[in-house]
Amino acid sequence: MNEPVGLGALDSVLSRARTAAEEVTTAAELQRVETELLGKHGELTLVQRSLGSLDPEQRRHTGRRLNEVRRQVEEVLAERRLLLRAAERAQRLADERLDLTEVVGLRRRGRVHVVERTRQELEDVFVAMGFAVVEGPEVETDWHNFEALNIPPAHPARSMWDTLFLDLGPPESVVLRTHTSPVQIRLMQRQAPPVYAVMPGRCYRRDTPDARHIPTFHQIEGLVVDHGISFAELAGTIETFTTAYFGQDIHSRLRPSYFPFTEPSAEFEITCTICKGAGCRTCSNTGWIELGGCGMVDPAVFQAVGIDPEVWTGFAFGFGIDRCAQMRHELPDMRVLLENDVRILEQL
Amino acid sequence: MRVPLSWIRDFAPVGDDVAAVARTLDDLGLVVEEIVRVGEGLGDVVVARVEEIAAIPGADRIRRVVVDAGAGPVEVVCGAWNFKEGDLVPLAPVGAVLPGGFEIARRKMKGVVSNGMLCSPKELQLAEDHEGILVLGAAPGVGGAGQSLVPGTALVEALGIERDVVFDLAVEANRPDAASVAGVARDLAAGLKVPFVLPDPPEPRSGPVPIGELARLEVVDLDLCPRFVARVLPAVAVTASEQWVARRLTLAGMRPLNNVVDASNYVMLELGQPTHPYDLDRLAGSGLRVRAARPGERLLTLDGVERRLGERSVGGADDRRDCLICDAEDHPVGIAGIMGGTSSEITDRTTRVLVEAAYFDPMAVARTSKRLGLRTEASARFERGCDPAGIDRAVARLIEVLGAGDTVEVAAGSIDVRGQVPGPRQVPVRLARVNAVLGTDLSAAQVTGLLEPIGFASVPEAGGVIEVTVPSFRPDSQREIDVIEEVARHHGYWRIARRRRSSPQVGGLTPYQRQRRLVRQVMAGLGAHEAWTASLLAPGDHTRVGWAEGITVSNPLAPDESVLRRSVLPGMLRALAFNAARQRGEIRLFEVGNVFPPPTQERVAAALSDRVDSVVEEREMLAVALGAPGDDAMSAAAAWYLLADAMGIEEVELVAVPPDASDPATAAGLHPTRRARLTFDEGTELGVLGEVDTEVLGAFGFDGARQRVGWLELDLGRLLGEAPRRSEEAETVSRYPSSDVDLAFVVDAAVPAAAVEASLRGAVGGVLESVELFDVFRGAGMPGRSRSLAFRLRLRAFDHTLAEGEIQVLRGRCIEQVVADHGAVLRQ
Repeated sequence: MNEPVGLGALDSVLSRARTAAEEVTTAAELQRVETELLGKHGELTLVQRSLGSLDPEQRRHTGRRLNEVRRQVEEVLAERRLLLRAAERAQRLADERLDLTEVVGLRRRGRVHVVERTRQELEDVFVAMGFAVVEGPEVETDWHNFEALNIPPAHPARSMWDTLFLDLGPPESVVLRTHTSPVQIRLMQRQAPPVYAVMPGRCYRRDTPDARHIPTFHQIEGLVVDHGISFAELAGTIETFTTAYFGQDIHSRLRPSYFPFTEPSAEFEITCTICKGAGCRTCSNTGWIELGGCGMVDPAVFQAVGIDPEVWTGFAFGFGIDRCAQMRHELPDMRVLLENDVRILEQL
Repeated sequence: MRVPLSWIRDFAPVGDDVAAVARTLDDLGLVVEEIVRVGEGLGDVVVARVEEIAAIPGADRIRRVVVDAGAGPVEVVCGAWNFKEGDLVPLAPVGAVLPGGFEIARRKMKGVVSNGMLCSPKELQLAEDHEGILVLGAAPGVGGAGQSLVPGTALVEALGIERDVVFDLAVEANRPDAASVAGVARDLAAGLKVPFVLPDPPEPRSGPVPIGELARLEVVDLDLCPRFVARVLPAVAVTASEQWVARRLTLAGMRPLNNVVDASNYVMLELGQPTHPYDLDRLAGSGLRVRAARPGERLLTLDGVERRLGERSVGGADDRRDCLICDAEDHPVGIAGIMGGTSSEITDRTTRVLVEAAYFDPMAVARTSKRLGLRTEASARFERGCDPAGIDRAVARLIEVLGAGDTVEVAAGSIDVRGQVPGPRQVPVRLARVNAVLGTDLSAAQVTGLLEPIGFASVPEAGGVIEVTVPSFRPDSQREIDVIEEVARHHGYWRIARRRRSSPQVGGLTPYQRQRRLVRQVMAGLGAHEAWTASLLAPGDHTRVGWAEGITVSNPLAPDESVLRRSVLPGMLRALAFNAARQRGEIRLFEVGNVFPPPTQERVAAALSDRVDSVVEEREMLAVALGAPGDDAMSAAAAWYLLADAMGIEEVELVAVPPDASDPATAAGLHPTRRARLTFDEGTELGVLGEVDTEVLGAFGFDGARQRVGWLELDLGRLLGEAPRRSEEAETVSRYPSSDVDLAFVVDAAVPAAAVEASLRGAVGGVLESVELFDVFRGAGMPGRSRSLAFRLRLRAFDHTLAEGEIQVLRGRCIEQVVADHGAVLRQ
């Protein structure tokens, strides 16, 4: 054996590796080629096993060559493997293609009622201003709904609230609350000042429904009782709320008005949200729209709930939640809120 | 209240800047609802005399009218019937442009050419009246002013119309003074810083006969009528009013009737004091007697309605004493302060007039007005409180208006009966308090400077107190705080600084309020829309779902809204039916709202006397109607489990309701074999779930054969406040692998799956991580009414890997337990 063992075989292995790598089309075929060449019984392994029979010089020479060829074969096969994997992945991805607009039986999420969402938004503004949210009964005594609010029986001011009476107790002693003010009374009955609270809730009036009034409606009122509360704090609170809820370009103004439970009393108006104060049909070209009423808590109200008006002063305000929702969503007619038409509910 | 600017100028030199006047009125709380400019666009309208009225063949609503407007006959077609030949009327000839821009053109109607238009007060924007033509003067022989008008005269000249501006003001209920032109002028003058003068009418020139010989007066109930003044005009010619009187009444929105009634109305509008003229010759006994009505007494009022008095209580301290004006023989002739009777009203034959000017107890008038459901211009003023000190001025002014030119004879003297009338009040006002309430820094001089112009005499005293004398025409101003409001109004609300006070407390929702928001989100996540159904139901709605009727409304607006709901179900079914009628019946809805169980009489009595508890134990409910395709009672159960999981509720039991149970609280309206109660803590009721009975669906007009409706209704207060919760403490989790064991049992239909699950839990004990029912099989191979229930148990020990042997022991124990508890058979 003069010929260095297997040198020619090594070259042939390399060239066959190159050919095979080009010919195989699947990873499995490639694996087979790899086993034939590099496996336990593969050709290169056979060459390696035969190295022992060579003299040291040849062994070194052939061994070096063997390692070189092995490295090259591995490279060639690895390169091919990458290509094959990429091709197979491309095929699999193509096979797995989905049209994501083909959604069958799509179930939509329901909506929280627009009035409730408006209520939550309003609550959140006042909560951020440090107010608690307080609730109370819808069926009320005449005392809580009227008398404690400085509106005695048969007082002419009662005509400001068309009231639904219930067949409970003596005639006209139990009412469906006409505003959430009785919640203020109940709160002051049980909690000593300071008080910073808003009272949202459902109210009832004996009104024929029209585009802007419905006999069942929702109101949010606020009450602050503390030392040193003045009309200036009232005006400041209303302004803070207005810009926080309606936006930085919407402001408030107060106009003298009359409510039996506040004195001085005011109507509060905000910049028309449609025209931003420029004047339009909605605001009758005044640039302002009426939102609610407010004022300094009348001392008679404090006396009714046992709070000393010489020690404590306070203010109260109130407005319609439904009205806010109507304004924000430009609902032309509030009566749709009573129908629960799902075509409206799912829009808002 | 409609207030012409020209009338205001009788009392205060107010300038021409209408916008500034309106702004000032607004800032004073006399809100300007409308500004009407009168007399503009009337330049082309002329006075015309009606010469001939003829029918048009084939037309029964319009007539052919020939008028003379000074330049020969003009033929027009007219649809009004309130005039006759010889009357003077306004004519807008062809080419005229009326207020509002309406141009008159030549038109042909039913073959007749109309060469102009005869105008109604509304068309001329002189008043709201559009029932008929404005008759400027009656035909000769009928009496009436305006006969001196010459046809062809311009209407503005004929009526003495100056251009005018009428402010329509919303006057608040507490301001009787502002229900008068003079009162508005007083406030406005102060706001504009111009002088205000209320001229004194001349003392009427008295005739020779003293009033005592002509009339008598007795006030029996001085508490109802603390002051009554009567004067007699013994020789009055009842005619049409002077033009200026008629015009001002018209501008203010009242219709002129005759000089006597008009003068009375004029004074009411100008000074706010209602008066009433009686035909003295029609008063039996020539006099008046003022007393409380006897219950059931009757009277025919001027509006032609028979009124019964003293009949029902209107609440509070009502003693049902309606104040009546009677003649001297005690027959009722009027309801004090509200409306007169027909029997003594002024007619064109009246010659002797008794004028009443009184102060009636405001609360008495308010109660009577409410009792009778009758509100008038007079009652509105009396119940707010007129000025008892303004009565003499009002009478003198009435005589002046009626008798301008001294044509009216007045009997000497007056009869004046007085009891206790409110007078001016002394109110000490602390300057410090003014500034504390308003957040201002006003000086005593500034405060008095604001109060003096509106008639509140103010004298600064020692100790920072201002002694304020509130005039009797401001009954609303009784206390220091009332005077402070006046200071604020005239200082200007807009001048008061705005200060933001931070709350000393941390704001926030209660846990209940926070969780309620989450409940809504969970429901929305189920695809349910939040509804808002009526709290007031129709009679019968409750019985249709198996409830007894609820609390009823005494005075419902409509019968369909007269019963307070005890369940959300009827309202929700209406909402479903409403949508089904619009082809949108397959939906899921939910609602959060109160229901109102009728209280016991004791509870009502306690709530009314203690003023602590609510009258009704209102319960806030969550109601869910699941009506999407495929929904049924199982959807409601699934919704419940999801909700319970979301809210961390556990240990709530589903208790089957026997098919024959009919207790409405647990079973109302639900499918008898597809319903369950939800309870916790050994029987506390949380709510119900199931499926709405198809017959009940049908009763509300919803087709239950097409779509089943799952139903869940539960007490939110109990759910969020009382029901047991999962511990919030985090448990350490095991590091060891788990093993799953699947077991299927054939179980009789009467055994709930939950009971089998409970047995499995009991059998395994602590190493049971979860148990899940993953398959239910009915049909082939299942004996009788049984079905196969397949459970997957996941077992995991905290401190070691479960060995196969352990698992087999547990598996055996499970099988034994379920077989023993439920007579079940393991399905191999």
